Amino acid sequence: MELRMETRDLSIYYGTNAGVKGVSLPIYDHRITALIGPSGCGKTTYLRALNRMHDLNPIVRIEGDVLLDGESIYAPKVDPVVIRRRVGMVFQRPTPFPTMSIFDNVVAGLRLIGVKDRRRLAQAAERALDQAALWEEVKDRLRQPAAGLSGGQQQRISIARALAVEPEVLLMDEPTSALDPISTQAIEDLLVRLKEQVTVVIVTHNMQQAARVSDYTAFFLNGEMIEFGPTEKIFTNPADERTEAYITGRFG
Amino acid sequence: MRIYGRLGDRLFSAFLLALGLAVLFIAGLLAWELWLGGRQAFATFGFFPFARGTAWDAVKGNFGAWPFIVGTVITSAAALALSFLPSLAAAIVIAEYTPRWLGEIVAYLVDLLAALPSVVYGLWGIFVLVPLVRDHLEMPLFLWAGEHAPGLLGALGAPIGTGMLAAVLVLSLMIIPYSSALARDAIRLVPREQREAMYALGATRWEVVRRVVLPYARGGIFAGMVLALARAIGETMAVTMLIGNSAKLPYSVFGPAATMSSVIANEFTEADGGLHLSSLVAVGFLLLLLSLLVNLAAEFMLRRMAVGEGRK
Amino acid sequence: MNLRRRYLRDRLMMVGLALGTLLVLLPLLFILAHVFIEGIGALNWNFFTKPPKPPGESGGGMLPAIVGTFYIDLMALAMGGLLGLGGGVLMAEYPDHPINRPLRLVANVLGGVPAILMGLFAFVVVVEPLGGFSAFSGAVALAVLMIPIIMRSTEEVLKLLPWELREAGLALGLPRWRVTLSLILPAAKGGIITGLLLALARAAGEAAPLLFTAFGNQFLSFDPLGPMDSLPLKIYVYAISPYEDWVKQAWGAALLLALLLMLTNFLARRAMRKR
Repeated sequence: MELRMETRDLSIYYGTNAGVKGVSLPIYDHRITALIGPSGCGKTTYLRALNRMHDLNPIVRIEGDVLLDGESIYAPKVDPVVIRRRVGMVFQRPTPFPTMSIFDNVVAGLRLIGVKDRRRLAQAAERALDQAALWEEVKDRLRQPAAGLSGGQQQRISIARALAVEPEVLLMDEPTSALDPISTQAIEDLLVRLKEQVTVVIVTHNMQQAARVSDYTAFFLNGEMIEFGPTEKIFTNPADERTEAYITGRFG
Repeated sequence: MRIYGRLGDRLFSAFLLALGLAVLFIAGLLAWELWLGGRQAFATFGFFPFARGTAWDAVKGNFGAWPFIVGTVITSAAALALSFLPSLAAAIVIAEYTPRWLGEIVAYLVDLLAALPSVVYGLWGIFVLVPLVRDHLEMPLFLWAGEHAPGLLGALGAPIGTGMLAAVLVLSLMIIPYSSALARDAIRLVPREQREAMYALGATRWEVVRRVVLPYARGGIFAGMVLALARAIGETMAVTMLIGNSAKLPYSVFGPAATMSSVIANEFTEADGGLHLSSLVAVGFLLLLLSLLVNLAAEFMLRRMAVGEGRK
Repeated sequence: MNLRRRYLRDRLMMVGLALGTLLVLLPLLFILAHVFIEGIGALNWNFFTKPPKPPGESGGGMLPAIVGTFYIDLMALAMGGLLGLGGGVLMAEYPDHPINRPLRLVANVLGGVPAILMGLFAFVVVVEPLGGFSAFSGAVALAVLMIPIIMRSTEEVLKLLPWELREAGLALGLPRWRVTLSLILPAAKGGIITGLLLALARAAGEAAPLLFTAFGNQFLSFDPLGPMDSLPLKIYVYAISPYEDWVKQAWGAALLLALLLMLTNFLARRAMRKR
């Protein structure tokens, strides 16, 4: 099992409050790792440290280390812009850019890195939309504004947009929590297929979802990582009684 | 509904209604009285001939508003053009580039300057800006043109300081705080998720501003600029103090000119004879129409170019 | 990868934006500093306590203009405040009243009408019928200027209050007018005062509407039906006068007016924060 990312003793502080306390976690290549836990347990905070999104907030301080392919992403010479291109992100709420067409949304990341060739852009858009299981639905209206799509379609646009730059890792922050069951189903299906291209880390408050799609699961509580293991083991035979309490629905 | 039947409620809502009707009445009366006051001029010359007339001669009793309309349009459009980029830059810096506390301080300073009265800008213009412009901008340009491009001299006009250029410069300073504050508000309304989504694709800060923030806020930004234009059109005192007040077309860059509001401010108390007075009120009526037009354009832009939740 | 070029553009734009901001702030700070330096020398005992001397004579002060500014502005605030508050309360508390649509339109439109037209209006409807310039006509012009500002700010702060507050009052058996007067208005007091003060500050700096209404007066006057002086008017008249002493006093008046407006704006912000 190859390691794609790894955090070592990662702590994240908001001012003086620790949102995440000393979390060490492996993220395996071409696998789906789910982070579960009650709200406020630090799982989203942890996720955002994996592509340096916390850099945007000056009050956040990070200790410990995050490795991508064995190298620290917080090393002084490392550029967050490069990291974010290699480690993509999909947010809780769909975030299509409302002034852009569907096509422009999907290739926004490629345009950033200076791709101008129309054929290449068109191919990349088709491939990304296909991966996001959206191509058939939107192929006849690529020039229309993305804001006109349904919530589920908008979220898949966001996923296609993240995939178009061919990231190595895709971070997903509760990607289905704002969606209806049918859209959720579509996104879960596509997640399983995505494993072939990328490594996925997904935050979810929905334990069934974690059980359905992930290969590994980490349980977070109060900023600490309580337990990590293969999803099957976590859900059938957890080692820690707090994990058991959570998955059997006794709190959170 | 027992409570609606009470006498107190009836009296109270009747009182409020009376106040509301009074506001409507005042607004209607304002337009009506300006029309009525200008009627003599409109009747004597005709509405469009008056608006397009280029003569303004109190002695001969011949009046036309065109020089002032042109003066107003040129000065306010030029002021907007000059102030557009700096005020947008300040708005972006305050909203995107500075930490919150510093942004607040700069924003407070800008608001403070928006509160400075027009006459104070005018005073500063007369005693600081006009000599500066005359000695360091107009004179050198004029001398240069005299030597190398004599054809330009007519368009430049006499380098006397007071005139169109000074008025435009002060006007653009005056509308910057206003348009900048409106642009800043529009930029702050852009959801954080939009920015984060672009950063997550590997964008630099400028790319986020250029590709996400500005397109998203464009409606508010442009509406703010149009509202600033409306401000410039109605601005009176500073312009009156600096523009030199000459009612003659064609205008030159340095030379004296007049705007619709400046001619009213300048001549109203000295106007003798009903026709002169009526012509000034008629200019006021035209000014009212122009500023209504521009304000409606701003409203339209805000609606038409709005992005996001508001538009579905 | 062309990352270097992208970063170069990022830096260049940052420098450009910073320069643009400086271009905005420097001249404006320069004006403020100039007003302060030129004005501070003119502010002396005579400035605050003496009426002006005849043209050309040095000495004299701004007493009539200072008194007149407060007199006219407060009179305008009383009139504009009543109408503006009434309109704002109507729009916020009776949301489906048929008069609201035209009222909102008027609030928007009137807010965009140039201030000098308020002066023309007051000239036509007050000065002409009464047969002369007067403090009252100036106050009318400024009141019309204030109305849309007060109306909109009042409506905004009242709409921020949860609708449940009204329902809670009505459920207690209070009539609607009592709910508005003793529940809603006190709850929104800070915001309402902010709106009133901002409107006052906006109007108090205007000279244009006063040119042919209040007109100006060399002598101290308390007669609402006679001409009266005001600081913005005095600044205008003195600034374009040929007398050195008058120009100096114009700077003093500009500083005083600027300080008064800043104070008003400061109080307005504080009122909002305290609620």
